[in-house]
Amino acid sequence: MDANGAAGLGLLGDPTRRAIFELLARRPHTVGELAQQLPITRSAVSQHLHVLKDGGLVVSKAEGTRRIYRLNPDGVIALRAYLDRVWAEALTAFGKAAHAAPLDPEQEDR
Amino acid sequence: MSSTATIPPLSGTITVEVPVERAFRVFTDAFGSWWPAEYHIGQADMATAILEPRQGGRWYEQGVDGSECDWGRVLAWEPPHRLVVTWQINGQWQYDPDPAHASEIEVRFTADGPDQTTVTLEHRHLERLVDGQALRDGITGGGGWTSLLELFGKAATNQA
Repeated sequence: MDANGAAGLGLLGDPTRRAIFELLARRPHTVGELAQQLPITRSAVSQHLHVLKDGGLVVSKAEGTRRIYRLNPDGVIALRAYLDRVWAEALTAFGKAAHAAPLDPEQEDR
Repeated sequence: MSSTATIPPLSGTITVEVPVERAFRVFTDAFGSWWPAEYHIGQADMATAILEPRQGGRWYEQGVDGSECDWGRVLAWEPPHRLVVTWQINGQWQYDPDPAHASEIEVRFTADGPDQTTVTLEHRHLERLVDGQALRDGITGGGGWTSLLELFGKAATNQA
């Protein structure tokens, strides 16, 4: 199957890759910086980054002796994957809130 | 591929066991109470997010330090059945104030009965967010919204 055909969902189905993706969504990181924030080794981080790069979600660039990883700035794939994730969690939360909300908030407030 | 290729909208539908007014009210008035706080773009941690209840209203987050960061605007405000907002967060995860770069999210709330509502979502014009950036082959398949709405449905059922 075409690696790009899976869009972001398959790539982000793994919780560790999702965590890496979300850290990179906030700002670019090195492997070492990612490893500090995750309960996995640098080697494991590198392997996940490799998969994310192959899938078009992440790009990297050498800066001096360091290699910086960031989300693909042309990233329609990254964007779709990210929005899928955002909305999945948001709507799950919305569902819980809808069922927890009082039937008549005006009466409840008084 | 043409450089003007569009990205098909993401869409899907789910049914929840709440009245339509309640579903709309929770989605809008109480937006900040359920939106996952980790999904925000401001520098400061997010305190809440606000969807102003009127056409032309702002959709924005408020940081714990009082700072504000826009996400989009309310294009259509039709309680309790329809809401359209823009999503102007670009590929750099920053707000893009140019209306030509605004994607749109339409949320429809349809009463199936007194205690049942079908919520339909569409996120469209995603290509505007990337504005001529290289669009890749193979990204135009749908399905994202369907899977997230399945999650939503499970959550709604579990809460019932």
